[in-house]
Amino acid sequence: MFESPTIAEFLAQSNLASTLPGILLLAWTLILVLVDLFAGEEREHWTPVAACIGLGISFVANAFVYSPAEGEQIALYGMFIADAFTGFLNMVILVATLIAVLMSWDYLKRADIHRGEYYILALISSAGAMFMVAANDLIIIFVALELLSIPLYILAAFRSIKNDGSELSLKSEESGMKYFILGAFSSAFLVFGAALVYGATGATNIPQIFSMAGGIVGGTSAAAFYLLIGAALLVVGLGFKVAVVPFHMWTPDVYEGAPTPVTAFMSVTAKVGGFAALLRVLITGLSVLVLAEGEAAAWQSTTTIIAILTLVLGNFVAISQRNLKRMLAYSSIAHAGYIMVAVAAAGAAHVADAATQSALVYMMAYMFTNLGAFAVVMAIEREDGSGGNIDDITGLAKTRPLMAMAMTFFMLSLTGIPLTAGFVGKFMIFSSAIQAGLIGLAVIGVLTSVVSAFYYVRVVVNMYLRDSAVDAQPALETPYVRWAINISLAGTMIFGIFYPLATNLVSMVSIV
Amino acid sequence: MDVTGLSLTTITLFLPMVGLAILLFMNGETQKANLKWVAFATSIVTFVASVLMWINFDPGTSELQMVQRNTWAEVSLGESVINISYFVGVDGISMLLVLLTTFIMPISILGSFGSHIFEERGREKLYYIFLMLLEWSMIGVFVVHDLIIFYVFWEVTLVPMYFLIGIWGSEERIYAAVKFFLYTMAGSILMLIAILYVGNRAGTFSTYSAGGDIGVIERVQTWEGEGTYWDAADPEAAGEEAGFLLNSVESWLFLGFLVAFAIKVPIFPFHSWLPDAHVQAPTAGSVILAGVLLKMGTYGIVRFNLNLFPEATVAWAPTIAFLGVVGIIYGAWVSYAQDNVKKLVAYSSVSHLGFVVVGIFALNAQGLQGATLQMVNHGISTGGLFLIVGMLYERWHTKEMADYGGVWKVMPLFGAISLVISLSSMGLPGLNGFIGEFTILLGSLGSDYLGFAFTLFATLGVIMAAVYLLKMFQHVFMGELKKPLSSEEGYKLSWSEKAAFIPIIIMIFWMGIQPIVFFNMLDVSVDSIVALFVR
Repeated sequence: MFESPTIAEFLAQSNLASTLPGILLLAWTLILVLVDLFAGEEREHWTPVAACIGLGISFVANAFVYSPAEGEQIALYGMFIADAFTGFLNMVILVATLIAVLMSWDYLKRADIHRGEYYILALISSAGAMFMVAANDLIIIFVALELLSIPLYILAAFRSIKNDGSELSLKSEESGMKYFILGAFSSAFLVFGAALVYGATGATNIPQIFSMAGGIVGGTSAAAFYLLIGAALLVVGLGFKVAVVPFHMWTPDVYEGAPTPVTAFMSVTAKVGGFAALLRVLITGLSVLVLAEGEAAAWQSTTTIIAILTLVLGNFVAISQRNLKRMLAYSSIAHAGYIMVAVAAAGAAHVADAATQSALVYMMAYMFTNLGAFAVVMAIEREDGSGGNIDDITGLAKTRPLMAMAMTFFMLSLTGIPLTAGFVGKFMIFSSAIQAGLIGLAVIGVLTSVVSAFYYVRVVVNMYLRDSAVDAQPALETPYVRWAINISLAGTMIFGIFYPLATNLVSMVSIV
Repeated sequence: MDVTGLSLTTITLFLPMVGLAILLFMNGETQKANLKWVAFATSIVTFVASVLMWINFDPGTSELQMVQRNTWAEVSLGESVINISYFVGVDGISMLLVLLTTFIMPISILGSFGSHIFEERGREKLYYIFLMLLEWSMIGVFVVHDLIIFYVFWEVTLVPMYFLIGIWGSEERIYAAVKFFLYTMAGSILMLIAILYVGNRAGTFSTYSAGGDIGVIERVQTWEGEGTYWDAADPEAAGEEAGFLLNSVESWLFLGFLVAFAIKVPIFPFHSWLPDAHVQAPTAGSVILAGVLLKMGTYGIVRFNLNLFPEATVAWAPTIAFLGVVGIIYGAWVSYAQDNVKKLVAYSSVSHLGFVVVGIFALNAQGLQGATLQMVNHGISTGGLFLIVGMLYERWHTKEMADYGGVWKVMPLFGAISLVISLSSMGLPGLNGFIGEFTILLGSLGSDYLGFAFTLFATLGVIMAAVYLLKMFQHVFMGELKKPLSSEEGYKLSWSEKAAFIPIIIMIFWMGIQPIVFFNMLDVSVDSIVALFVR
């Protein structure tokens, strides 16, 4: 234990500067509370504008703190780590939040639930995600996870604040409640896992876990057993957050019931945060957890099985969905499966870096594409929540050619067709799986993406190849929504066509 | 080493993109009449550029020519760094197929000038944009020598073709388009795994060596043992189990590539998407599909399967050639049974492409040369047949042969043209089809890997081709006119229709009478591949 330092000493030792992006964002939300309080009815748009400014400030701070030249920095006595991994995912989270804020503005007004708290909660949640990707300690992972999740529970139920007893508000309430109960449940798993790992290794700090685990593994002590159980529980706890099979049950209901921009937001940030923690814990902390000398990490087989289940179930069940939001919910389960392929590949020590990089690129591609797809779905949804079925986009190419074109690119990207970001992500993930010798997993991965082509292409079929009997006029195509779609489209295409752009951004990432 | 500077190949490749960019900025409503001219002009300029390539092409070397190579991305995977590069260039085989592509393209655009599909479905601008995108990606497939970029082009061809069938096709278009998309994607996605495996192991995705960098083809040869398949784990031990075909990595990789190509060709059991796609596609779509797209499959087999996996090729050659022969006979048989004239032509493709497959897996110079030439011949003559069917449909709005008859009486010029094209497709001596088929049969007869029976049954296919094509010709053009058109004007060929046929007829005679011009192009390039298989 260290002696309690003076404030000056604390500041010097803690290296707070490297936690700046997250802390700035969190501090900004406090300003946001005041802005919202004093802005009043006529100037209610100040809050979202201020939120965007906050995101911008944090983005700039992130660019300064995580410039590749700096290398990795430890802050708060090893609690936080600021490296290329953190920097890259911070960018992904901030852009995702920006797109989500753009999507929300008109949606909330139309639904008559426009409250400043919405943006405050969203920003807190994304600050939580930013702490999570920077967490270097099991305790911080837990705290950040709660900071990420609790605002999301409220946001999922946000529609029910109108309390008019309509089906939409009931669904939203149900969504928030379900998410909350299952989220709390999964947190318990996480904490219990952390406790067991602490019991076995005497450390909560991830690098320390790594150095302690080396001595335990291979021995016959009970500690090795507890470490194994603890690791498994950590995977379960985080598996809930990222919605991989068999911990995915809540996803479709929650995604369907929550207000659409919230669904879009949480389908990205919660996954990014969860996978970041999972990668950090498994690769940095537990890569020494091997059952026999020279083998891949013990969690590789588990994650492989989870990945296969997720890919198969997510993709096959998505086929039978008629509601676009539900379809995207299942497809987001499937995409968690693809990222899980990268996690499994990272179990082989020599591809750990490549696999991490591929997971990051995939998350970025998924972020742009998925948010874009949700934005289009939101734009065609009608006020009463109807209009989000697959038949409702029929003939969209005639009425709204640009929006249909954007949706086509999103669908192709989700399928993984070349010249879109989705292909780059899939390409890198399968490449690392093959490097790790998981050829069977890679084959299952590509075959399930053919299955996914079936339901993604159906969307394109309806937009372009069928003529609509009813008017497919988008119900909510405002400039902000269009901007959200355009940013997503630009990301999807630029990172898809200029492949090196993505690989260069992650080339410094190494969390081994 | 990078070979930078703009090569003629790059220019030819990206010319369609220039056309596409111009089309994008045009107004689909007010400038409707100009859209087709922009597309047509672009395709003509691209054709001229490819002819310039041909003039610059030196048939005396097997090296790639007009090469450009720029590093595109360096991926660090584990310990190794893998290069993905923009690597274009042509050898004889690529050159010929690029010429075929740029030759077919203006014809198919001319063929859709007066088409009724725009009155029904509109969206002319989108149509020509997709045609340009298609031309770009098809040329890309033939000139690119980096596995990843090849895969990119290969997959991108799917998207415009899917829309062409799906938006401007006939009644069952949605089913056909989705089937086409899923079927071909399912095949090619396995190729991605094989590509990643080969590339990761070789440390590069460039197929050919360029400058100081060794390409995959050269690298793979160092893995080959004497008559053994190389294996990921232990090349030495793998040899002992090589007796069993499926027991080697090479064999699996060979199949990974082959399934993708076999679906595209299509080789016999993988052909079921083709009749649907062909029949439902608009005329230009069918012409391009038959003319160029199918050749991507046979080209891929020659370029990748033969070069990368020679040992597995030898082991699998009789099996695949057998499927080729089955395709020849089955395609011809089913073709004869059709009442739908477009379906008849579609199944004839299965039969003709069977010849190409047999020629490739004869694994000797005649076989490969004949196969490559037959790819071009089939592109020209079947492309022509689809044009004919398209023009008949424009006038009579039916594809049933029973509804036709006596067309020659009212359209004598059209009848004569159709006769020449049908005869060319049959393989009449003096016309182009004969040269390709004859050389293939010669190759299969002299092959070290195929027996006499292959030649015998393949020859049957030539006879059967005469049977079904003459049946079609008799039903449509001979006899009494069953359904007269309402006005005499309908019988006239428009200038664009005539213009589309002229180059086809010229090529049919030129390739039939003076094939040496084209064989010369192929000679050295084919020899360098065949050298892998000389016993």
